[in-house]
Amino acid sequence: MGFLEELKALLPGRVLTREAELAPYESDALTAYRKRPLAVALPERKEEVIGVVRLCHQYGVPFVARGSGTSLSGGSLPVEGGVVIALNRMNRILRLDPKARIAVVEPGVVNLKVSQEAAPFGLYYAPDPSSQPVSTIGGNVAFNSGGAHCLKYGMTANHVLGLEVVTPTGEVVRLGGESLEGVGPDLHGFFVGTEGLLGVAVEITLRLLPRPEAYHTVLAAYPSLEAAGEAVSRVIRAGLLPGAMEIMDRLSIEAAEKAVRAGYPLVEGLLIVELEGPKEEVAEEALVLERVLRESGALELRVAGSEAERQAIWKGRKAAFSAVGRLSPDYLVQDGVVPRSRLGEALKEIQRLSREYGLRVANVFHAGDGNLHPLVLYDGKKPGELERAEALAGEILRLCVRLGGSLTGEHGIGVEKKGYMPEMFAPEDLLAMEEVKRALDPKGLANRGKVLPEVAGAHA
Amino acid sequence: MPTLRPESPEEVQEAVRAYPRLRAQGGGTKPALSTPKEGEGLLAYEPEEFVFTAFAGTPIAEVEEALRAHGQYLPFDPPLAGKGATLGGTVAAGLSGPLRHRYGGLRDFLLGVRFVDGEGKVVRGGGKVVKNAAGFPFHRLMVGALGAFGVMVELSFKVFPRPRTTRTLRVRREGLEEALADLERLRLLPLDLLALDFIPPATLELRLGGFERSVEARLKRLQDLLGEGEVLAEDEAHWEAVRDLGFLEGSPVWVKVPAKPHLIPRLEALPLGPRRYLDGGEVLYAGTTEEGLKALREAGLPHLVLRGAEAPLFPEPQGAFFAGVKKALDPKGRFPLG
Repeated sequence: MGFLEELKALLPGRVLTREAELAPYESDALTAYRKRPLAVALPERKEEVIGVVRLCHQYGVPFVARGSGTSLSGGSLPVEGGVVIALNRMNRILRLDPKARIAVVEPGVVNLKVSQEAAPFGLYYAPDPSSQPVSTIGGNVAFNSGGAHCLKYGMTANHVLGLEVVTPTGEVVRLGGESLEGVGPDLHGFFVGTEGLLGVAVEITLRLLPRPEAYHTVLAAYPSLEAAGEAVSRVIRAGLLPGAMEIMDRLSIEAAEKAVRAGYPLVEGLLIVELEGPKEEVAEEALVLERVLRESGALELRVAGSEAERQAIWKGRKAAFSAVGRLSPDYLVQDGVVPRSRLGEALKEIQRLSREYGLRVANVFHAGDGNLHPLVLYDGKKPGELERAEALAGEILRLCVRLGGSLTGEHGIGVEKKGYMPEMFAPEDLLAMEEVKRALDPKGLANRGKVLPEVAGAHA
Repeated sequence: MPTLRPESPEEVQEAVRAYPRLRAQGGGTKPALSTPKEGEGLLAYEPEEFVFTAFAGTPIAEVEEALRAHGQYLPFDPPLAGKGATLGGTVAAGLSGPLRHRYGGLRDFLLGVRFVDGEGKVVRGGGKVVKNAAGFPFHRLMVGALGAFGVMVELSFKVFPRPRTTRTLRVRREGLEEALADLERLRLLPLDLLALDFIPPATLELRLGGFERSVEARLKRLQDLLGEGEVLAEDEAHWEAVRDLGFLEGSPVWVKVPAKPHLIPRLEALPLGPRRYLDGGEVLYAGTTEEGLKALREAGLPHLVLRGAEAPLFPEPQGAFFAGVKKALDPKGRFPLG
C-alpha cells in the first residue's frame, strides 16, 4: 500500500482527494494565497490525528493542521502535495470543571462555545479574537490569538494550562497540567504561538475566569485620530486599567455606519473604553474616567446605560472589518504592534504612506495594547494594485518594528510575514528557532514553509 | 565549581563557551536552584507603556522601588523580594506570590528575554510590548526551567497600576472541610480579590484592593458572606512577610507544590510543616523535611525544592518535546536538567 491507501484505511470514508472537495481547503482567510493539497484528512478522535501524523512522518509527507481556516497570515495554507489535517470534527468539550475552573477541550472546539458552556457557572474563557464565533481553540493555540482584552488579561498562552501534543515525529507528550502554577519548564507556554511548526495539539486544558460583575462602557468622539490616541494615554496615566480600549478612524466609522447603523458620531476618531469589575470599583473608576475623557477634548461622550446600549456601542466595532470590506473590492488586514505612547506617531506615518501609495487605509485598533489593524483597500483587478497594497502593508510592518513594537500582535507570522522576520529578529534568534524546529521535526513536515524565513541553515 | 562574576552579556557568552558545565546564580535566595547574576539594573522603564526591561541579575526590590515611584507594581508578586531575589532567579525558579490571584502569575507578565544559549549565542525571544505573537516564544520557555536552556541576561515584563488602598479579611472556620467549601465558593465569584490564601487547618485570608470607598463597601459584602472575621486595615507588612515566605523560616526544606482545591485534602494528609496555599488553592508553599519530600514523591505530586535538597525538581522533565528543545539550545549539556 502507498501513502494514500494507508491514509484511507486509517480514516475510512474521511479522506478527501477529489478536486471539488479539496477546493475549500486551498486557502484560508488570507485569500491571496492558494495551494492544492494532496488530500484532506478528517479525523474524529485524537488517536486518528496521531495515526495521520505518524503516517506522514513515515512517508515524509508534509502536513498542515487546520481548524476553521480563519488565519489572516496564511497560517493554515496547505503545502503543495501535502496533507491537510482538518480538525473541525474534533469539537467536543471533554470536561468542564467549574470547581477547578478549567475546561478540557478538543482542538476543533469553537472559541465562543467554551464561554457559552461555562456561562451557567458564572465563568468564561477570556481570549476573544474577533473570529471567536468561528475560530477554533486549536488554531488559537497555534497562533496565540489575542482579542480586545489583552492588556488586562493577556493572550491565549496565558489561558492554556496544559496540552497533549503529537510531535512531528509522531510522539505523544503531555505538557503542563491543570493548576495555574507548575514546576519545571513552561513547555506548554512555549508551544502556544509556534504556529503548528512543533506539532499538533490534540487536547487542550483552558483556564476559566469568573465573569465580571459590572461593565461601564463609554464612547468618546474626537476631532482627530491623534486626540483619540492621546486620550488613551491619559486614561493610562490616571492609573486606570480598562478591560478594553478600541479606536476607529473616520473611514471605519463610515463603513460601520453603512453596515450596521450603530449610530456612531461621524468624526475623525472614535474611542471606546470599557471598565469591568465589581460594581463598587467600576463606579469609582467611572468617575475618574469621565473626568479624564472630559479633559481630553472629547466632542461627545456617550455612556451605555444598559446592556442593550453597551451592545450597540460594540456592534459597530465588531462589524468594522467586514464593513470596511464593502468599501472596496479587496482589502488586506494588517496586524502590527507599537508601544502605546507611539500610537499617534504611527498613525500619522500610516496616513502619509497611504497618500504616497495612493491607496486608502482604514484604521481600527486595540489601542490599550498598541495593536494596530490598518486595512489597506485595493482593487485586485487593477494590474499591480495588489503588489502596491502588499508593499504598503510591508512599510507599515517595518514602521512598527522601527518604533520598538512587533510584526504581529495576534495574527501570527504564517506565510504572509515570514519575509519580515529578519527585520525584527537577529540571525542568531532565527537560527535558534530553526534549531528547535529541526530537533523536533527533522524532516520539516509540520506546517512547512511558515514562520521561518528561508535563510542560512533552513530545514527541508 | 569555580565562581565567575560576569558583568555584561558578553562576559556571560565567554563564560558559557569556556566551561563545559554551568549553573547560574542570582541573589542566592533559593540555594537548591541558583540562577543568574550578570549585570544588574533597569535598562528601560516607561510607566505609560506598563513595560520595563532590566538585566536578569537585577534585584526585585530595586525594580519595585522604581515602579512604586510611578504607582505601579509587579502583579505576580515575586516571592523573596525582601531577601534579595533577582528577576532572573525568579523566572528560572518560576515563582509567584499571593497577589498572583488577581491578575495571574509570572508566566502572564513576562514579555521577552535575551539569553545566552549552550553554544554561547545571544538569543532573543518575545519583545518589549504588551501584545506580541511573533516568532517562537523563548521567554515563556525560561519560566521554571532552572536555567536548562541558557543563561538569561535581559528580561522584559508587563506591570500594572498599584491598588490605591488595600484591606485584608481573615476568617477562621471550624475545620478543613468548611474552609475548603468557602474557598471553592469564593473562587467562582467575581470579587476581584488581590489574594485568596488558605492557611491550614482552617483559616482564609482575603485581600481587597482599589478605591477607598469601593474597598470599604466590598469588605462589607465579604463580611456579609463570610462573617465579621478579623480585618487588617494596615496589611502591607503582613503580606510582605507572606511573600518573603517568612512562615517557612526554621524549616530545613522549602517546597513549592502546584495544587488545586480538590488536591488539598490529599496534601493535608502528608507530613508537611508550616504551609500556606496561595491563589485560591492553586499552589502550596510548605516547609518540611526529607520525610515530607519522600511522601510527595511517593504520592506522585510534582514539586520544586527551593531550599535544603540535592535534586530540586520532581519529576525531572521528560519526553520528546523537552528533549528536542534541550538538544537544540544546549546540545553539549552545559546547563542543568536533561
